[in-house]
Amino acid sequence: MESNQLIPHLFRTEFSKIVSVLCKTYGFSNIQWAEDIVSDTFLTATETWRLKGFPENATAWLYRVAKNKAIDQLRRDNNFQQKIQPDLQKKETTEELQEIDLSDHNIQDSQLRMFFAICNPVIKPKAQIALALRILCGFNAQEIANAFLSNKETINKRIHRAKATIKKEQIQFDLPSPSEIRERLEEVISILYLLFNEGYYSTSTDKNLRKELCVEAMRLNLLLLDSPLTNTPELNALMALFCFHASRFEARSDKSGKQILYHEQDRSLWDGELIQKGEYFLGQSHSSQKVGKIHLEALIAFWHAQTTDLENKWENILSAYNQLLQLEYSPVVALNRTYALAKVKGNEVAIEEALKIDLSDHHLFHMLLAELYTPNNKIKAESHFKQALELVKNENEKLFILKKLEDLTSQD
Amino acid sequence: MKEFLMLFRRDPNEDLDLSPEEMQLQIKKWQDWIGGIAAQGKFIGTNALANTGKTVHPDAVITDGPYAEVKEIIGGYLLVKTDTLDDAVELSKGCPGLLDGGTVEVRDVMVFDF
Repeated sequence: MESNQLIPHLFRTEFSKIVSVLCKTYGFSNIQWAEDIVSDTFLTATETWRLKGFPENATAWLYRVAKNKAIDQLRRDNNFQQKIQPDLQKKETTEELQEIDLSDHNIQDSQLRMFFAICNPVIKPKAQIALALRILCGFNAQEIANAFLSNKETINKRIHRAKATIKKEQIQFDLPSPSEIRERLEEVISILYLLFNEGYYSTSTDKNLRKELCVEAMRLNLLLLDSPLTNTPELNALMALFCFHASRFEARSDKSGKQILYHEQDRSLWDGELIQKGEYFLGQSHSSQKVGKIHLEALIAFWHAQTTDLENKWENILSAYNQLLQLEYSPVVALNRTYALAKVKGNEVAIEEALKIDLSDHHLFHMLLAELYTPNNKIKAESHFKQALELVKNENEKLFILKKLEDLTSQD
Repeated sequence: MKEFLMLFRRDPNEDLDLSPEEMQLQIKKWQDWIGGIAAQGKFIGTNALANTGKTVHPDAVITDGPYAEVKEIIGGYLLVKTDTLDDAVELSKGCPGLLDGGTVEVRDVMVFDF
């Protein structure tokens, strides 16, 4: 690791661990205090290491300093009685301070509790995501704002309100019961899903930040898979989906950040190791219960991640889309299904079905029709590209359609 | 949009000598057709019915399936939502069962306003 990257890297990985352990030890309502301790620890690290150089084991150093800071502050703080004591009284009556246990096992347990505490339904979904990014991924308000095309003040307010809710509702930092875990898993999955999608599809051109969001979603997913309580078929399927998508991260945009379409990508840039991992998690995701939405999406991603087009690829993709649409309708899935149909049954059949889909106010609908008309009906193709152009909002996509139009007319 | 039920009727003895490959193909055809309806956002639910069953008569007599003597049984149903009955009938036209000599009965689902 380059030394100028060490602190950001440590912050990303260790901030969440120490804050989680402190919250487990002293109560969730002291989350702000816990964050302040860890931020202060990093400040001390920067000042000390600037002069003395990096210690041999930087992580152990951070743990030791954070522990000391927490204990010192608890002892000295005149407000201790009012601030921390009420929460501690539930756990112990003596003056003795709790041992802060920063062992791997306790860190993992604390992070898992943190995850479920943040997913508590009394916290609003948007605040859950902001809080997850802040506490579990160590993002600062500016970074969160960049990722969600919002501003720092809004994000800060959101996080502040969430923390007030934590205090007011006295949200516990215990692991929910197995049945509550099952109930809350849907929330957990949607947070991870959003986090990953934000990184994968967001319009932000900051490629590094976007990649980091994807990596964090995957790290959190792994954390959940590590615990037998949360190693569920759905979370394995979700991990598989993430791996397959992430395998194309390097191939899907050029140096300037411009998007490269799937079939134009250099497949040698696809990450074979991640594809293999995806296949492993897909294998783990088998369930005796009904096949769910995430499973089907992972299956489609599996077929798309194959570097050579296997036999029946598109038949299988079409079949998965058919099932997906029966579980839940979505315009984008309907359009993707029609594309798969074209690959299996030809453009004429697909055009006939596409025209039955009522999505003429969606630019992707016209993009699809334009693609399907391109081989045999240039006039219709051009007309649909133009309609797509009128509807599209994203600048990158606009350029892409213009390029398509240019290609179409130059073929004559 | 209103709800309509499609009932698929077919000759119960037709499928008996299908090969596994033909069965697979049957499933694919039906799934592609239903997928097309779902892609229009008009799908609500579907189920296939097995050939076995029992019929309860008014005199408490219960008779067994699989109704070898009848010409037609209901093989399954599909619930869709469209604006009019004609739209639902239009949707039913691609049903693979029609190609095998079956029929589709499209019925208006009654809505009670209480």
